Amino acid sequence: MSANLSAILYLVSGVLFILALRGLSSPETSRQGNLFGIIGMVIAVTVTFLSVGNFSSGFIYVLIFLAVGGSIGAFIAYRIPMTAMPELVAGFHSLVGLAAVFVAISAFINPAAFNLGTPGNIKLASLIEMAIGAAVGAITFSGSVIAFLKLQGIMSGAPITFKGQHILNALLLVLIIILTIYLCSTQSSNLFWILIAVSFLIGFLIIIPIGGADMPVVISMLNSYSGWAAAGIGFTLENTALIITGALVGSSGAILSYIMCKGMNRSFFNVILGGFGATDQTSGSQSKEQRPVKSGNADDAAFLMKNASSVIIVPGYGMAVAQAQHALREMVDTLKKNDIKVSYAIHPVAGRMPGHMNVLLAEANVPYDEVFELEEINNDFANADVAFVIGANDVTNPVAKTDPQSPIYGMPVLDVEKCKSVLFVKRSLSPGYAGIDNDLFYKENTLMLFADAKKMTEDITKNL
Amino acid sequence: MEIDPFIFRLSIFILSIFVGYYVVWSVTPSLHTPLMSVTNAISSVIIVGAIIAALSGSDGVVFSSSSIYGFLAIILAAVNIFGGFLVTQRMLAMYKKKKKDK
Repeated sequence: MSANLSAILYLVSGVLFILALRGLSSPETSRQGNLFGIIGMVIAVTVTFLSVGNFSSGFIYVLIFLAVGGSIGAFIAYRIPMTAMPELVAGFHSLVGLAAVFVAISAFINPAAFNLGTPGNIKLASLIEMAIGAAVGAITFSGSVIAFLKLQGIMSGAPITFKGQHILNALLLVLIIILTIYLCSTQSSNLFWILIAVSFLIGFLIIIPIGGADMPVVISMLNSYSGWAAAGIGFTLENTALIITGALVGSSGAILSYIMCKGMNRSFFNVILGGFGATDQTSGSQSKEQRPVKSGNADDAAFLMKNASSVIIVPGYGMAVAQAQHALREMVDTLKKNDIKVSYAIHPVAGRMPGHMNVLLAEANVPYDEVFELEEINNDFANADVAFVIGANDVTNPVAKTDPQSPIYGMPVLDVEKCKSVLFVKRSLSPGYAGIDNDLFYKENTLMLFADAKKMTEDITKNL
Repeated sequence: MEIDPFIFRLSIFILSIFVGYYVVWSVTPSLHTPLMSVTNAISSVIIVGAIIAALSGSDGVVFSSSSIYGFLAIILAAVNIFGGFLVTQRMLAMYKKKKKDK
């Protein structure tokens, strides 16, 4: 296949990827968008086979490896529970990162196959692109592995910090730049290996100080990195499909990180430097523990809701942990039978990744037009009778609006306290991720329901 | 004077960043999780590089030191492509509108 024809087809597949993302602007067009993405991928792979034009025994092996990887991927995709989506995405990011590293290594060992020169005499520009692709890929890989371990609970979600952490990271970053410069002048393969090793180390060190609830930012950031790594390799291979995709994914991840940071009213650097809540824990939490709390049982909750005319549900990460989404939808069905209006309010950073709650509710067959974002629904709390908070905490804390001393001051929160009554399902009075007490617990109109989210929801349904 | 082809690729790259910027802002927040899984799947188009690397072995030698890395990358990227698109499909199939007749 001529180089020009394949370049045009790669461009077509790049455009199809743009359409795939465009489709996600509404659920109706999204499925078609996904199809565009698949077609784009098929075109890219086919064109590659045709332009390499090598259908010897190696080709058979490529198909076998493709089939092996594909079946593993398909198996995972069908078996994974929706609650584990953050782990899955983190895991997938690590694979893209590692694949970028492998491709860069292969190009470094055998540059002739990629038209980049000969070993020890690789074109300067290609060498720089290769180094960037490999370094960013390695950072994506080790960072995603740590994120995966933290989300999976294999590694503690608590931030791991030590003295001189930031200085060490900065030094390592400088080291990467120096290594790249030396690599370009000497073409030494040892330097290339060291470069990759140092990048693995940085990815690891960047993610360990970031705590569990900051994972939405981390996952988005790693999403962005995987894109930049792909783009770096795209430059090396002079491949438009890869360059376009890398740029798309890179900016997509960056935007998501921005939205997540804004949802927490924190700067990107504040999140990356880590250790949220570890420093500001002291502010007067002792006196607050004595305050009276009203607690109730499923019967009280059912009574309140039965007499309501509108209920707003505020789900959070706790709902995912308790797998309570199906029980919740059953409760809502019962409420609806009693002609009670029910809607859902989702905070941008609810859960462990962007849109996490929406997927879980969709899984439980909640229609997406009953689910609202913070800005859409926040004014409705004042007119609602009952707010049912299930597994959320910090995102409902009124302190964010009233106390300039609070670490979460300025963070956009759901105005849950404006409801006539608030039902708060929670296991205990323990503070949320930010390490601060939630004023909502002690409000006159709040009824605490101390129980497992799933069990409590089921009990309420029985009592309705 | 001739323009270096690198400049053309750079232009595509920069323009794609802008396209990505506007397209992603138009994605509805409720689909942010599928957005992540589908970007994951499409970034695995890096498999293009993996295939070239895997087929780079000289005649008769399928597994050389450089093609081995290509084959490994093919497995990783294939997991991602199939896993990413299928899990996105699975998620998107769950997003339903309210039934009117209820």
